[in-house]
Amino acid sequence: MNERIKSTEHRAQSTERKDIATRDAYGEALLELGKKRDDVVVLDADLSGSTKTASFAKAFPNRFYNMGISEQDLIGTAGGLSLTGKLPFASTFAVFETGRAWEQIRQTIAYSHLNVKLVATHSGITVAEDGASHQAIEDVALMRVLPNMTVIVPSDGIETKQVIAAIADYHGPVYVRLGRSKVPVVMPEDYKFSIGKAHTYHIGKDANIIAAGIMVSAALNAMEILKKEGIDAGVINMSTIKPLDNDAVLCAAKASGLIVTAEEHSIIGGLGGAVCEFLSENYPVPVRRIGIKDTFGCSGPSDELMKLYGLTADNIVKTIKEALKKS
Amino acid sequence: MTRFSGSRDIGQLKKQARTVRTEILKMLTEAGSGHTGGSLSAADIVTALYFSKMRHNPKDPAWKERDRFILSKGHAAPLLYTALALSGYFDKALLKTLRKIGSPLQGHPCSKLLPGVEISTGSLGQGLSIANGMAMGLKMDGLNSRVYCLLGDGETQEGQVWEAAMSASHYRLDNICAIIDNNGLQIDGHCCDVMALEPIVDKWAAFGWHVIDIDGHDMVAVINALDEAETVKGKPTAIVARTVKGKGVSFFEGKVKYHGMAPTSEELGKALKELEDNE
Repeated sequence: MNERIKSTEHRAQSTERKDIATRDAYGEALLELGKKRDDVVVLDADLSGSTKTASFAKAFPNRFYNMGISEQDLIGTAGGLSLTGKLPFASTFAVFETGRAWEQIRQTIAYSHLNVKLVATHSGITVAEDGASHQAIEDVALMRVLPNMTVIVPSDGIETKQVIAAIADYHGPVYVRLGRSKVPVVMPEDYKFSIGKAHTYHIGKDANIIAAGIMVSAALNAMEILKKEGIDAGVINMSTIKPLDNDAVLCAAKASGLIVTAEEHSIIGGLGGAVCEFLSENYPVPVRRIGIKDTFGCSGPSDELMKLYGLTADNIVKTIKEALKKS
Repeated sequence: MTRFSGSRDIGQLKKQARTVRTEILKMLTEAGSGHTGGSLSAADIVTALYFSKMRHNPKDPAWKERDRFILSKGHAAPLLYTALALSGYFDKALLKTLRKIGSPLQGHPCSKLLPGVEISTGSLGQGLSIANGMAMGLKMDGLNSRVYCLLGDGETQEGQVWEAAMSASHYRLDNICAIIDNNGLQIDGHCCDVMALEPIVDKWAAFGWHVIDIDGHDMVAVINALDEAETVKGKPTAIVARTVKGKGVSFFEGKVKYHGMAPTSEELGKALKELEDNE
């Protein structure tokens, strides 16, 4: 608990800890990485301004390939570059990267265990006004099901930068899910990301919320609201969804006996699915999944959409209270 | 190391192509399933590449300066495996394990299991994009290595092939040579009936490629085309190799049903005799 309070107090004190979109953090991290390593190459599919790979393109034009509007070719080309020892980052919107080129990712990248980093932006419904065609709500499920694939969903700009540095040092295919909209800083000052390791803010005795991405912020707010009402809820940031930090899930389940998952993704196949799969076989406890309930999104401002699809702190609070009433 | 074999002896290469066909037929019969027609149709092309044109080193499959070969039409795996075995990448005895449990010779090539296979293929349409990426990487490193990519004609019905065709030309990848094994057949019948591909030469030319149209069973023409491709600067080269599916065995030639069927023991005997008689 103390750790959590410390982290919020330190929020946005330095320029490093500013509230930015994870895609903006990606753009900055790529630029830093490009300066450090000359094997880094970046590929985009005509969305470099939006995915923020454009700053890398400007700084290192000879290491940037715009593949045009052709996601399948984007993935294959990235694979080929990795086979000559380069470290390719392939970016476009999440729905096109994981959907349009899924089978290319399966056959070429995952099956052959290529060292390609798939960093997609504009995930989830916070793509907002563009509507359902552009809102990836199934990308984590699509990537998680692939053998050899690592799946990471950073929660804020700070974590995103650390994730990009970490995956550059890891050999193998990785999918990183980033967002379009500005998100609050949620990671503590002394946070150090490592692949497959969750960050536990607090372990609650009544319930534990396992969240990822922009839902970590909502989960922390829910924790504060519940605390005022005498309910001890904990929060875990499960930024690596695959491999899942089983120990962290187990610890949370043993402590509270009620788990709530929270993600800006379909409740099928994503974080909620992963947690349920693990708990049902290892330590069955009641689980409530907060996410998009097997439906497509729609156009609108992102905060209104988050309310419409039940992805707010209030929704988490309500879910926990109802579940506790039943138990 | 400049060349592994580098033979320009056409007679010797023709003989080697017959050996390649023999091994393909034997391994497919042993396996009891697999793709006969498309392995035989590209046998002369792959023989020319592995035993004459390509710089490669079976003792060091990861040699940085090697030329790369990508079998985009992954179902012709028996052909690739034969070329690798006869080159010395692995013991020829391994060919008998094709498609069996625990074998590195999977039904379609798997780069994780078999050194010499540059990349896993099998799902059609993906090889040329990978070849482009390799060609870009090689250019960045200042290497003169070339990338050869073998596609089926039916395979070019995949949209990704044309995305990659656009990219190779846009990025002026003159170290890429795509070879289209134009045998005119696909699983459901003649390509012209299933999904017409002609005019195939015009299509590649329109995408900005230097195109060479040859008889894919004429060893001299194959070698000459590969030589010509190497001289073309500023654009990629596509060799449209007119071939016959099942080439070399009269009763497999031009037969749709032998796309994905292995020879029976009886057929194998007849086929091997025919190859021997034609020598």
